Amino acid sequence: MVPLSYYLVLSGILFACGVTGFLIKRNIISIFLSIELMLNGVNLSFVAFAAQWKALSGQVFVFFVMVVAAAEAAVGLAIIIAVYRTRETLNVDQVNLLKL
Amino acid sequence: MTPSLHLWLVPVLPLVGAAINGLFGRHFTRRIVSAVALAFPGAAFALALWVAFQFPSLIAGPYRETLAPWIRAGSFRADFAFYLDQLSLVMLLVVTGVGFLIHVYSVGYMAEEGGCYRFFSYLNLFMFFMLTLVLASNYLLMFIGWEGVGLASYLLIGFWFTKDSAASAGKKAFIVNRIGDFGFLIALFLLIKHFGSLNFDHLFSSIMPMSPEMQGTGLLTSIALLLMVGACGKSAQIPLYVWLPDAMEGPTPVSALIHAATMVTAGVYMVARSHVIFDRAPAALTVVAIIGTLTALFAASIGITQTDIKKVLAYSTISQLGYMFMACGVAGYSAGIFHLMTHAFFKGLLFLAAGSVIHAIGGEQDMRKMGGLRTKIPWTFWTMTAATLAISGIPPFAGFFSKDEILWQAYSSPQGSWVYWLIGVITAFITSFYMFRLWFLTFFGDYRGEEHESHSPAPHGHGIHESPKVMLIPLVILAVLSICGGWIGSKQFEHFLEPALSPNAGITYYSPAALIPSQSSARHLEPGNTELFLSGISVLAAAFGFYLAWLLYHRRPELPQRIALALNGLYEAVLNKYYIDELYAILFVKPVLDGSTKLLWHGIDQNVIDASVDNSAEGAREVSDAVRHMQSGNLRSYAGWVAAGAAAVIVYMVWIGIR
Repeated sequence: MVPLSYYLVLSGILFACGVTGFLIKRNIISIFLSIELMLNGVNLSFVAFAAQWKALSGQVFVFFVMVVAAAEAAVGLAIIIAVYRTRETLNVDQVNLLKL
Repeated sequence: MTPSLHLWLVPVLPLVGAAINGLFGRHFTRRIVSAVALAFPGAAFALALWVAFQFPSLIAGPYRETLAPWIRAGSFRADFAFYLDQLSLVMLLVVTGVGFLIHVYSVGYMAEEGGCYRFFSYLNLFMFFMLTLVLASNYLLMFIGWEGVGLASYLLIGFWFTKDSAASAGKKAFIVNRIGDFGFLIALFLLIKHFGSLNFDHLFSSIMPMSPEMQGTGLLTSIALLLMVGACGKSAQIPLYVWLPDAMEGPTPVSALIHAATMVTAGVYMVARSHVIFDRAPAALTVVAIIGTLTALFAASIGITQTDIKKVLAYSTISQLGYMFMACGVAGYSAGIFHLMTHAFFKGLLFLAAGSVIHAIGGEQDMRKMGGLRTKIPWTFWTMTAATLAISGIPPFAGFFSKDEILWQAYSSPQGSWVYWLIGVITAFITSFYMFRLWFLTFFGDYRGEEHESHSPAPHGHGIHESPKVMLIPLVILAVLSICGGWIGSKQFEHFLEPALSPNAGITYYSPAALIPSQSSARHLEPGNTELFLSGISVLAAAFGFYLAWLLYHRRPELPQRIALALNGLYEAVLNKYYIDELYAILFVKPVLDGSTKLLWHGIDQNVIDASVDNSAEGAREVSDAVRHMQSGNLRSYAGWVAAGAAAVIVYMVWIGIR
């Protein structure tokens, strides 16, 4: 039996990778992937806790997260395609129309 | 049940005229504007005449008419209600009659002026407010009229508003009147507080049983004095007379209508209307008499030195109003109202004739540049002669009867004293002197104006010329009234007014003067030989004034110059109106202006009110300046902020956990 702390450390590493990628990457697809990485890090801790405490709610929650992530991916990718069509770039530093 | 007189129509008709000309006059031709301007006051005059003929059938008492409820709060009531008794009937006829004549005259006078519709609209508006004032049945409605005539006066003085002096004269008139109105308002508040009503009927019937106030709270005395403050403002008495001479900046018909015949007499009317209060406040009556007497003398003395023909008449008006207040102050209200009426005739005529003179020589108002106009404008000359004789108190012209009655009242009334009479006679002499001075300077001698005006095209294109008929007809009618107006006789007039002014009967006066035995003998004089003797003296005074004016300004025109030089300091002081305007400027205007500028404007408005608004706006701008850099539009910097925020939350939670 692998101890819980291992899972949690792995989950933390995954999450930290996601955050780092989110902050330093310029390509919008990479940023997207980083977000997925963070979500999966969280999912890992959910299932780890669920296994540890023999509680199903953690497992159920992971399904929710996956569904949301799938929906987000669909919408997000659609937006990315739309952005690319108008701006012809995927560099977020050049997509800055939201500023004041 | 008395038949309805439709009294409300009298003021409303001119209002309709004012509205039509004011709203649509811009698009009318001059002819239509004049027609509208004449039709409505004319109709009001006709209605007033009809009312006057109906009046004897209502002799049982004052006629009351309530048009609509206005303010009803608890037991306090003030309605749009009208009140007609002998006093308001006289005022009604004077205002509509003289007012209509002056409207007719204005059609000729203003024929070459721009903005005619504006002028007539204001003039009709004035008629509306003045008629509201005289017909009101409560003090509040009267106050509406009172304020309204002030407004119309302001608008008309500043009619040529592009002229700086006219605009500031209008403001001066309005502001000085506000001071008086303040006193009037306080008096009204006192009346409401202590009697719970402003209705004449209710008020006077509750005051009537009170006895003359010799000591105690002085409630009636203070009300009367505050009313007098209002009257001083409106009727240009000391110390609030300063606006009237400046008001001559307005067109001459305005000076005739508002600043001679009607509006300025509103104060006299108000005092006479409030006689029930004044009768019970002997101290206030004495103040009224003293103010009136002093004003009469003071203004007349300034009139001697003025060279502007309208300014002379303005000071003369102030002086004659002083006479009216003198009469009211000795409880001779009917004499005051009588003089008010004759004064409306001859002073209105004097102003209109002066306007005709000014018109004839192309806008010149300086008497030093007139002269010899007698043969050139004979109609104006003869009508003006009638008015001059009337104001000087030469029998049998109208002014003689009314002035004589005032002087007799001043001498013989229980409130009177020979001092009033003496000053009155001296004033009569001065009046006669400056009026004949004006007369000689204008119509006799040689023409002293610029010669080319009579040959080359003057502003009006044809030299010195008599005025058109539309101006002359009112002059002639007023001249007839100035001659015959006094023949009613002061006794008959007094008898006619008695129902309106009689409630003072049965009250005995205990004026301080009455306690001195030597003077009480004058109190029971029979109006016989003494009266005749006193009239003789005042006629002599007038004749002497005429003689002196003839000597100085006709026979030996170089003399006035030498006298002026001999009396250098005094002459300078009088010429500069005793420096009263300058004194007021130092005492009141400058402190108020400085206080407003430094404290209210720079201090409170700029440093407190503006500064608080400005600084809070500035603060908000600085804070947002600092914060707005967060909104860079850069996705990764947003992400950074989110991460930093999350990290801060985690640190906080951990810190909470390990504590």
